[in-house]
Amino acid sequence: MSLTPTRQPIIPKIKRETIKKLIKKGERIDGRKLDEYRPIEIILNPIPKAEGSAWVKLGNTIVMTGIKLEVGTPYSDRPNEGVLQVHAEFVPLASPTFEPGPPDENAIETARVIDRSLREPRAIRLEDLAIIPGRKVWLVFNDIYLIDYDGNTIDAGMLSSMLALNLAKIPKIVSIEDDNVIIDKTVKESPLPINLNVVTVTVGLLDEIPLVDPLLEEELVIDNKITIAFDEKGRITGIQKAGMKGIRTSVLDEVIDIAFKKANELHELLRKVLSNPENYMKTLI
Amino acid sequence: MEKPILIREDGLRHDGRKPDELRPIKMDVGILKNADGSAYVEYGGTKVIAAVYGPREVYPRHLALPDRALIRCRYHMASFSTSDRKSPAPSRREIELSKVIREALEAVVFTELYPRTTIDVFIEVLQADGGTRTAGLTAASLALADAGIPMKDLIAGVAVGKIDGVIVLDIDEVEDEFGEADMPIGYAAGIEEIVLLQLNGVLTREEFNKALELAKRGAEQIYKLMKETLHKKYLKVLSE
Repeated sequence: MSLTPTRQPIIPKIKRETIKKLIKKGERIDGRKLDEYRPIEIILNPIPKAEGSAWVKLGNTIVMTGIKLEVGTPYSDRPNEGVLQVHAEFVPLASPTFEPGPPDENAIETARVIDRSLREPRAIRLEDLAIIPGRKVWLVFNDIYLIDYDGNTIDAGMLSSMLALNLAKIPKIVSIEDDNVIIDKTVKESPLPINLNVVTVTVGLLDEIPLVDPLLEEELVIDNKITIAFDEKGRITGIQKAGMKGIRTSVLDEVIDIAFKKANELHELLRKVLSNPENYMKTLI
Repeated sequence: MEKPILIREDGLRHDGRKPDELRPIKMDVGILKNADGSAYVEYGGTKVIAAVYGPREVYPRHLALPDRALIRCRYHMASFSTSDRKSPAPSRREIELSKVIREALEAVVFTELYPRTTIDVFIEVLQADGGTRTAGLTAASLALADAGIPMKDLIAGVAVGKIDGVIVLDIDEVEDEFGEADMPIGYAAGIEEIVLLQLNGVLTREEFNKALELAKRGAEQIYKLMKETLHKKYLKVLSE
């Protein structure tokens, strides 16, 4: 059952008013412009045991995605394709308001929005991941860990997922006997087949004023958040509206225009990072 | 199952509908004795029932909010609603849809009128044939109205989609499964606000604009039916 959020971080009324007043003047509490992302720091493959991994710091929001590949059985309705599963864990170390336990509706929503936005444009060539068609395929687990929570987990989660997927390497298949596939995880061979990159842009709305990449404190005062996924070709590959107010069509139009512009910037960033990944392969500290 | 022909040579859909045509829609309110408000909605083969309890006391008490009513919403599919039996335990999909439906309802209900209470909305999908969340939202909105809960507006839910390259209204299960995009919306036609919006699929910007317009036009038709249904109910109550 979904209920009106009651356990949210508390922000003083005076700060709430300040945030609102600033946004109405076109300013923000952290000095950004309304259409500006927070600084993005990226560390690639910090977890060598994962088939691919990426640490993304978006302002003070930290997200890490690890890709694990395993051999398993395909879905019965797609017998000749690999399987992609996206999960998100909002672990209690990330925020005083998170509690241990199975993923809540926010974590599930984050994972499912990212899953759909990757699946629908066929960002991963799952058809190339069959080992014994109909019986054994690669299972791709895209696990997103929220490590420090300061708003906009979907965009950070999508960015780290896309980076980790691009870096992921498929382990070597040693032998196949009947349905028994032996793999050697110490030898990583070919990269995971990627068709195209996808990014999401989340735009908040306060009294119909759009603001890109809302901070947690902003998320607590704004009316809505709209997440729009774009692929490299500029197509919309997913939308999710969240929040407890309605939106007029003209405002939605404006939001999509802004999101499209910002998506181009994020795609540019992905291209820059992935063309020279070794520059981003650092240790965590 | 092989992909069927979704758009026939004559331009009609697999069930003979035009691209901008809704399925046959049925709705009724006040169908349950125990609930404070209830509604039954059918979009073609999709059959949904919704019940509202409240405003009522919140248990456990600590969940109550001092300045407004809590809204609790559960979207649930019956185990027999799909061709393969669905486990009755809430799936990740149902948890997400409960959230987006609740958020849509929060946009219209005057929750500030009932502080320290809860308004509980239960949606049961009895048969799923595409558009269950949107039919569920329509039913929930009707059930809230039937319960006499003050709202800014009614919400009509409808899904549009892209099938074989054509933007179509009110997609069914087959069109959802084999189509290129599914975009459910919840539209409060009186105040002209979109309260639920999701897209599962790939659309260009132009296609999105077209789909949204089509969805709004479809939702307006459903909105009219909702008003008629409520009106009929009140006339009946009056005559009794």
